[in-house]
Amino acid sequence: MLNLDHLNGSDHMPGSTAATALSVRDDEETILLRGYRAMVIGRRFDQQATNLAKQGYLAVYPSSYGQEACQIGAVSALRATDWLFPTYRDSMAIVTRGVDPAQTLTLLRGDWHCGYDPAATRTAPHCTPLATQASHAVGLAMAARLAGDDTVAVVLCGDGSTSEGDFHEAVNLAAVFAAPVVFLVQNNGYAISVPLAKQTRARSLAAKAPGYGIPGVQIDGNDLPEVYAAMTAAVELARGGGGPTLIEAITYRVGPHTNADDPSRYRDEAEALAWRRKDPIDRLGATLRARGLLDDDLQQAIDADAEEFAARTRRTVIEYPAPTAAEMFAHVYAALPPHLAEQADRYGREGGAA
Amino acid sequence: MTTDVASTVDVKQRVATVSMVKAINTALRDAMLADDRVVMFGEDVGRLGGVFRVTEGLSARFGDERCFDTPIAEAGILGAAIGMAVYGARPVVEMQFDAFAYPAFEQIISHLAKMRNRTRGALSTPVVVRVPYGGGIGAVEHHSDSSEAYMTHTPGLHIVTPATVSDAYGLLRQAIRGADPVLFFEPKRLYWDTEELALPVEVEPIGRAVVRRPGTDVTLITYGPALPLALAAADAAAEAGYDVAVVDLRSLVPFDEDTVCDAVTKTGRAVVVHEASGFGGFGAEVAARVTERCFNYLEAPVRRVTGLDVPYPPPQLERFYLPTVGRILDAIATTFGDS
Repeated sequence: MLNLDHLNGSDHMPGSTAATALSVRDDEETILLRGYRAMVIGRRFDQQATNLAKQGYLAVYPSSYGQEACQIGAVSALRATDWLFPTYRDSMAIVTRGVDPAQTLTLLRGDWHCGYDPAATRTAPHCTPLATQASHAVGLAMAARLAGDDTVAVVLCGDGSTSEGDFHEAVNLAAVFAAPVVFLVQNNGYAISVPLAKQTRARSLAAKAPGYGIPGVQIDGNDLPEVYAAMTAAVELARGGGGPTLIEAITYRVGPHTNADDPSRYRDEAEALAWRRKDPIDRLGATLRARGLLDDDLQQAIDADAEEFAARTRRTVIEYPAPTAAEMFAHVYAALPPHLAEQADRYGREGGAA
Repeated sequence: MTTDVASTVDVKQRVATVSMVKAINTALRDAMLADDRVVMFGEDVGRLGGVFRVTEGLSARFGDERCFDTPIAEAGILGAAIGMAVYGARPVVEMQFDAFAYPAFEQIISHLAKMRNRTRGALSTPVVVRVPYGGGIGAVEHHSDSSEAYMTHTPGLHIVTPATVSDAYGLLRQAIRGADPVLFFEPKRLYWDTEELALPVEVEPIGRAVVRRPGTDVTLITYGPALPLALAAADAAAEAGYDVAVVDLRSLVPFDEDTVCDAVTKTGRAVVVHEASGFGGFGAEVAARVTERCFNYLEAPVRRVTGLDVPYPPPQLERFYLPTVGRILDAIATTFGDS
């Protein structure tokens, strides 16, 4: 079950409550409305983070604008005891799990590498070296099973990651050990500037799954109900001992790779415009209105919550406590070896070098 | 979980003449008995018992959930160990040979060494990576590397290498019990050396060097596969009238500068001996630290006797590559101004 309480303005971490969480037992209307709300808030958070980057409050921000259905659909299928292994483009998924937004953006602000507690939030640090977190998920899932827990681990990665050796090794390991892992590939069309056609000759990324002897499914990654359904099926298959699934979600990186990127150098703006017309939030919004589940009042209320979340993000990012030089030494080892203790003593004082 | 060594060892096996392979095997067994979070995996470590038989009998005894074979995927093995450790397991993984560990390099450098630091101490990754290393066994290409300096350069790792049978047991038990990741370099040329092993082994915490031989004229500082050579050189030097001390580092990180410098200040001369190439090697760190701290006691520059700065040669040539007693004696003589 996923806790979405933070979207109501509280500070709950996953696991703190299940009372208002999404679960597979919730009715369809609840799932769709909660998911819609989370996508609206997630996008507003993402825009705020991009603004913070442009204004110099973040060192860099890789936006997931346009990938909201993947980001929210993925984590909505998880229980609080399940683990998420995200990349640098998955901040929206991380805050949707209930992780504090300023702690989520700590890496990108540059105050520390990971600002949240992965053990408490069951959310691994943003992973930057592509696909290297995938085998961590496999090992964690195996250890959980060995401990008798029914934890499932979900790997988020992009199309570019599938070219890495680490991706292959992780999927193969998961398959061989029937590890309770789900690999969600957000195929957003580009690895920075390189299009999918230059990553693979496979007819799809999902088509790689049979080579590992596991199920592979290709889904519309801009359709929240479809992502949620596919993720839920794969997560519960894994939880029940059915082994891993490879899901390829077709989506699009509407924005640049990061605020430092210029997509006009490698892709046609018309292409991005066409994808904007497949916007996952607009699509689900239209569905909800057609079914009488969303009206202007509710939209306003959701927008107000999104504004509040964005404002909180901005305020807490800007107010985030600055790190000290001493902290560089604090977590390298459980106990400092002598040569490092000497350096810490000399250079780890407040304000840096003596 | 108890970690009391004595309570886990069969009484009838408490004193026995065993090889280093058997000592490591026994340490693994005792660690798995003492703590059911300990799991052992890698290539061919299950039914075969490892290509060096280090894991012999473990999967039979503990089941294939706790000692198991993996696909040939060193990066994946390391990554899986990291994930297991995050969940609270105590993974021990075997890299089949030194040079076969290189695919796992990124996992070691970018994740294993940094997870505690990245997460402000929220996660730790107490993984032990066992690496059979070094040459002198007549092996073909890619089976004789000494890769410790790649690792000592990376903050966050402990780098341990035993040179005796009882240290192999004791240091491995310490490594598995520790809070930080350990690269455990096993000198495969010493795998079949035997020693009377009396369990429980009383071993100091990781990070303590040991003076294997006291001396007053010159200090040899060494570790792992080069220790027997250094001791042989000390014997040979004694015949020529030199009283040579030998320090076995046992762990490169943490580096026991106090023990090393205490020995060097007594002798005023130091020679570092290791099997790995010298250029940019760990001996350079030792020489620099000794020079910085003991300069006023030194009668001569610190010398290094190491493997040559060429790729590890084919087995027909390794006798020319590896340090020898003769080279060590030459270096000792140099510190006395003789050449």
